[in-house]
Amino acid sequence: MMILYALAGAGIMASALFMVLSRNLVRMLLGLSLLATGTNLLLFLAGRVRSEQPPIIAEGAKTLGEAADPLSQALILTAIVIGFALTVVLAILVLRTWRTASTVDARNVDAAETLGPPKSRDPIDV
Amino acid sequence: MFDAGLVVAPVLLPFLGAAIALSLRARPAAATACGLATVSLLAVLSTLLFLQAQARPGAIRNVFGGWPQGIGISFSASMPGVAFVLVTALVTLAVSIYALADIGPRRRRAGYDAMMLAMVGAVNGAFLTDDLFNLYVWFELALIAALGLLTLDRRAPQIDAAIRYAAFAMLAATLILVGVGMVYGITGTLHIGSAAKVLANQPPGFATALAAALLLGGFALKSGLAPFHLWLPTSYHTAPISALAAFAGLLTKMGFFALLLIFAGMFGVGRGAPGAAQLVPLFGAIAAMTMLLCVAGALAQTDMRRLLAYHVIAQVGYMMAGLALATREGVAASVFYMFHSIIVQANLFLGAGLIRHATGSWDLTRTGSMVRREPQFAILFAVPVLSLAGIPPFSGFWAKLIVIRESLAGGSAWLGGVALLAGFMTILSMASFWSDACWKSAPGAVRRIPRSGLVAMGLLSSATVAIGLAPQWLWGIALQSAQSLEAGL
Repeated sequence: MMILYALAGAGIMASALFMVLSRNLVRMLLGLSLLATGTNLLLFLAGRVRSEQPPIIAEGAKTLGEAADPLSQALILTAIVIGFALTVVLAILVLRTWRTASTVDARNVDAAETLGPPKSRDPIDV
Repeated sequence: MFDAGLVVAPVLLPFLGAAIALSLRARPAAATACGLATVSLLAVLSTLLFLQAQARPGAIRNVFGGWPQGIGISFSASMPGVAFVLVTALVTLAVSIYALADIGPRRRRAGYDAMMLAMVGAVNGAFLTDDLFNLYVWFELALIAALGLLTLDRRAPQIDAAIRYAAFAMLAATLILVGVGMVYGITGTLHIGSAAKVLANQPPGFATALAAALLLGGFALKSGLAPFHLWLPTSYHTAPISALAAFAGLLTKMGFFALLLIFAGMFGVGRGAPGAAQLVPLFGAIAAMTMLLCVAGALAQTDMRRLLAYHVIAQVGYMMAGLALATREGVAASVFYMFHSIIVQANLFLGAGLIRHATGSWDLTRTGSMVRREPQFAILFAVPVLSLAGIPPFSGFWAKLIVIRESLAGGSAWLGGVALLAGFMTILSMASFWSDACWKSAPGAVRRIPRSGLVAMGLLSSATVAIGLAPQWLWGIALQSAQSLEAGL
């Protein structure tokens, strides 16, 4: 079962990396968000999937016997929230590029790389 | 109780300040006052924390929620972290003073104060935490705040730069997160000290090496080490200069701090690195490549911001050279270099901002006449320039000297040679920078520069001179830091 999960995680990561390398910024954005999903699956596996019983302490027992690791679940929840926030920020940036430059092709989005003539590169600061 | 509060204060205070500044942002003057007050208070608290931590090393810690150590998230006031918190407070104070004249009401309304404070809080969190996953969280928080600062003016180059920065940083974060997950799977803990103990008693395995490689890749990307360095000079330069100075001083150094924490602390590079032994030979190559490529890149630039951005990463190369030696003194050399570099880099960008203010251009070919029109500035600016070039008696001379001395002592003479060569190229670059900006006559009119900028530069320049005059004191702290990293405090 573990090896199946691990292969699925690796497959998701590979597809995501392929998409991140795309010149289309929207595809890159989707790739990064898929990458976060693959990471979550791998994090889940790092805590090991141990038991199929609900995490309830048996009568008389002092500790939880057979249960999946709660810490990695807490990590995944945090990682989902952070990944979501970052994806939204990046999506806003891509949307802004689409609105101003009317393109999502990374080859045409080069305003930061080409500084341009000195006059346009030295705008008045406020 | 007091100690437990003190160790989280450098994180909580900026976030509290950020919340207040956010609610006050419709009134720029109030937001400015809030930012400056928070930063001043932060400087006081950081000094207090530093003194406490020095008096009782390893004793001040706080595990949140009353969990036992190793399960709960813990903060500890151990040596390199608290000293970096103090330097961060100094740099932030200087940047806030500089921003009085640089950041106008429109940028304040866009939330400059709140985002700057949030970024500083996140940086402090990374310096103080003991928990691997928590370290990742602080990096992401700092990234979001930095993206906000980068796109403050919403110009097309800034949006483009933010996309580049965010894409690379998110990729790095993924590598880091998988690495953290693997370390957790191997050791069963996220506490760096406990993980170090488990790893030290384990035979090196494939999974450990893979986790180490993922963490190296992720944090090398974050700190701009070669061959992942090109995102930095194509994105940083678009930020407002006050934000840029803070980025240059804090963000790449934060990435390198994580490398120190993980490789010197957790994998124990100084003790022969049982888990990451295969990776250590790579460090020297990364360091040499970063130093040479980035200084050469800087020599080719005429835009002040880009030139300095290349120097920012070249300096991280020197720090990496210290770590590559895999000795305790080597780690101490990187810590020393980090102190010097944080202060000098921020100061250089503030100076570049003032030159821009006076001459109206970022391009070195269109600047000049600063010696004649602003002699005070020219002298103040010479301090970070000479320090970066490694001219005695400034801090950069000692930092470079220590790295080169330790490379010779550690049996990596070639690395010392590369550092020396890169040092000569830095002197060339910095000499032409200063003479272009200050000696040559400017083609256009030269405006007066704001006094607050001079005060900010004076603050950082005097810190550089102080380190230059008393390097022994800082070297003592650096050695202590290397020791405490090794002991996993």
